[in-house]
Amino acid sequence: MSLPFLLEIGTEEIPDWMIVPALNNLQDMFQALLDQNVLGGRVTRVDATPRRLVLRAEGLLDRQADTEEIVLGPPRSAGPGAAAGFAKKMGATPDQLATQTTPKGDYCAITKRTQGLPVTAVLSRELPPLILKIQWPKSMVWNRKGAERFIRPIRWLVALLGNAVVPFEIGGVHSGNTTSGHRVLGKPSILVTIQDFDEQLRTNGVILSAAERRDKIEAGISVRIKPDPDLLHTLTYITEFPTPILGSFDPSFLDLPQEVLVTVMRHHQKYLSVEDAEGDLAPHFIAVMNIAADPDGLVRQGNERVLRARFNDARFFWDQDQKKELALRLPDLQNVTFQAKLGSYYDKTQRIIELVKQLGGDTVAQAAATLCKCDLTTDMVKEFTDLQGIVGGLYAKVQGYDAEECWRAIYEHYKPLSMEDAIPSTHNGRILSLADKWDTLTECFKVGMAPTGSRDPFGLRRAAQGIVRIIIEGGIQFEMPQEGELSEFLRDRVETYFRDHRGFAYDEVRACMAAGWSDLLDLESRLKRVQAIRPTPDFEPIAASFKRIKNILKQAAYSDGGTYREELLEPGPELDLYNAIRGTSNLPLESRIGPLRPKVDLFFDKVLVNAPDLELRRNRLALLHNLLTEFSTIADFSEIVTERQSS
Amino acid sequence: MSGALTFQETVLALKRYWSDRGCIIQEPYDVEVGAGTMAPETFLRVLGPDPYSVAYVQPSRRPADGRYGENPNRLYKHQQLQVILKPAPADVIDLYLGSLQVIGIDLSKHDIKFEEDNWEAPTLGAWGIGWQVMLDGLEISQFTYFQQCGGFDLDLIPAELTYGLERIVAFLQNVDSVYDIFWAPGVTYAQVRLKDEQQFSKYNFELADVDMLWQLFDAHEKECQRLTKLSGVVLPAYDQVLKCSHIFNLLDSRGAISVTERVGVIGRVRRLALGVADAWMVSIGAKTEAVA
Repeated sequence: MSLPFLLEIGTEEIPDWMIVPALNNLQDMFQALLDQNVLGGRVTRVDATPRRLVLRAEGLLDRQADTEEIVLGPPRSAGPGAAAGFAKKMGATPDQLATQTTPKGDYCAITKRTQGLPVTAVLSRELPPLILKIQWPKSMVWNRKGAERFIRPIRWLVALLGNAVVPFEIGGVHSGNTTSGHRVLGKPSILVTIQDFDEQLRTNGVILSAAERRDKIEAGISVRIKPDPDLLHTLTYITEFPTPILGSFDPSFLDLPQEVLVTVMRHHQKYLSVEDAEGDLAPHFIAVMNIAADPDGLVRQGNERVLRARFNDARFFWDQDQKKELALRLPDLQNVTFQAKLGSYYDKTQRIIELVKQLGGDTVAQAAATLCKCDLTTDMVKEFTDLQGIVGGLYAKVQGYDAEECWRAIYEHYKPLSMEDAIPSTHNGRILSLADKWDTLTECFKVGMAPTGSRDPFGLRRAAQGIVRIIIEGGIQFEMPQEGELSEFLRDRVETYFRDHRGFAYDEVRACMAAGWSDLLDLESRLKRVQAIRPTPDFEPIAASFKRIKNILKQAAYSDGGTYREELLEPGPELDLYNAIRGTSNLPLESRIGPLRPKVDLFFDKVLVNAPDLELRRNRLALLHNLLTEFSTIADFSEIVTERQSS
Repeated sequence: MSGALTFQETVLALKRYWSDRGCIIQEPYDVEVGAGTMAPETFLRVLGPDPYSVAYVQPSRRPADGRYGENPNRLYKHQQLQVILKPAPADVIDLYLGSLQVIGIDLSKHDIKFEEDNWEAPTLGAWGIGWQVMLDGLEISQFTYFQQCGGFDLDLIPAELTYGLERIVAFLQNVDSVYDIFWAPGVTYAQVRLKDEQQFSKYNFELADVDMLWQLFDAHEKECQRLTKLSGVVLPAYDQVLKCSHIFNLLDSRGAISVTERVGVIGRVRRLALGVADAWMVSIGAKTEAVA
């Protein structure tokens, strides 16, 4: 018998950004539950809205299969007393025992039969702990101290195996076959079956599929919008029945910087911005309602009114902030704490200026450094904190710092904000951003605030990642420290960057970093070279040979350096190798591998490195050491994983 | 305003609604507070195992938010309707939505969303999980399941619903400035409250005597510490916490507290609040002995 299964966890509104990870977590755990308990079946679909997590599975058994297991007891040699004891423990008589022959001898054995349970019973037992184990960034209690925790209160539960309810209870809520519709468009209590579940929800104002909700939003927009997949995702998961509407604002607000307008619309109101045919901001917005229609335009008017008030505030802040220029705000930064142990933003600014100078920053770069944190005291940034840096840049631009290399450096100095975000576009912006992040990183490490595990309150991983990217993608000369905790931390970021972001193989990254990584630009060029020659036929064999050389030197505990005596080289493979090394020493790596590879192979084939003659042995080791050293400025090739090893 | 309720009718309708649903209707607390949560009807009553449901309008003073009566939406003192339902009933959100309908919000014609917004008041050792409730893009309420108050995990989880009355009524009456709201028929909000905003903004930002405020802060702190050690005077001790908290806000609006000092002063208020919460728990028998 093969049964379908449906689980719906009905809750109060779950924060949008937590829903998808939780749903995946639920899916994985439920599939594991099916597998571990041998219930048959697989999860076929998961869906969610802000008020429900829904999981479907197909092909469940109605009863677990009975199982048989042979349990070994004491050895037969232990005598009948031990056997009787074992039989008693297993609820059997001694004559029911069998004998199992093992390499260690004969053992008492008994076949234990376990009857399979009805699948409903297993699910009833397993579902409550499973549901409560779903991982959330922050959970709550809603009944009393010590009671069940979940992301928001659980208000109903649907659990159906075929046509039957799987009974269980969580926090006073009993599972059943009754769901709840949209708060306004639906009925609060609806009987469902697995077959009509989606349709019943649809009739009651709930579109269960997130993809369908997103499509409905997109299909309802008839103007050109600023693409914003993240916001679209949010809108999809804060609604059960999304309907977009077009609103407008007074075009006079377009005098304000676009960044400010978009931030207000996006972050504060969750509106999509509208563009005209040229891609400029248009005086319209898209709001997404959680109801079907706005026939009287009340929702539109309400949203327009709120936006008008917000924009008026922004205009007020802009005008107000101009009354005190950025440059005059520098002393005020003494009153803005960067971090309790690390002093004020004024102190930080002084350190940034110093670093910018060390990075070769000219007077323009230093001016940008001086002003970069001054916007923290403006009303605009206090109200719209996401605009830090951006506001500073915009203010600098209208306050006489209108050189691109100055105002834009300030404007972009928090970039890159993520792996996907671009690094600052100007050279000054890059060194300013680098200086700011470097200061945060080193100062935090100095006072013992390195990130631990998943805790990284100061965003140091992101800062370090930004540093690595700015240096490499921005072509900045900057030496990475090679000792201490910070070095380890940065090393990880460099590895991650080249591996995950740039797609180099992990062994290439290790090999090249083993040859040094204090100069990241140099590291990048070596990586590119290694990556380019890797597919050539001679590469992997020679990498394998290098590993062999390294092992030989290690086993011989060789530490004598690279000087060897030419007169001791035997004619034949040894001398040939020597000539090949010498003859190619002016060539780049790429041209050396081809000629060298057969010589190396032949050498190992024909020449006994560990010659009985100690002098000869030393000489050969020196030759190999020399070869290894010449190549190891590029990469430690012994780190390369070759076919030969992996097979 | 075409049929929309006046400010006072809105308040009356909400009070009636919550009264009908078993709430005690309290009057505002008569010591300055920054939010309805700080009134003892919330701060102390949510502690301990006893159910308690109450609603009241709490004039809430936030000196730094004053704008001399010139900003259409920002006020030094706003009127907040505070509802505490302890324990929170399972249909608490439906109850809340029902309250919007009695003040004239037709839910089939408006867009209501519950957006994540957790609440935290470090000075009260209190935090909760919840939402801001958005009505056509306007934040009209905070909805919070308290988890902790005065540093204690709560025995029974209460729901706190707060209504920003000025915003809601401005919305209902479709006016852009709170001062244009009709408070009573023919009487505007400006007529009732504008002088208040003008004069207190001037006092809070320009005139409040900083030295005197520091002295008062110290004096109320000392009094609170003295009272907390005695038995049977938890409520008077809590008044002293509220005084300190308000004086702190005044000092803040006078720009008299540097960032470095700030953390310290918040810590002082917090210690007082935690001490009083502890004494309250002892006084109601929910905790056996006071923390030394």
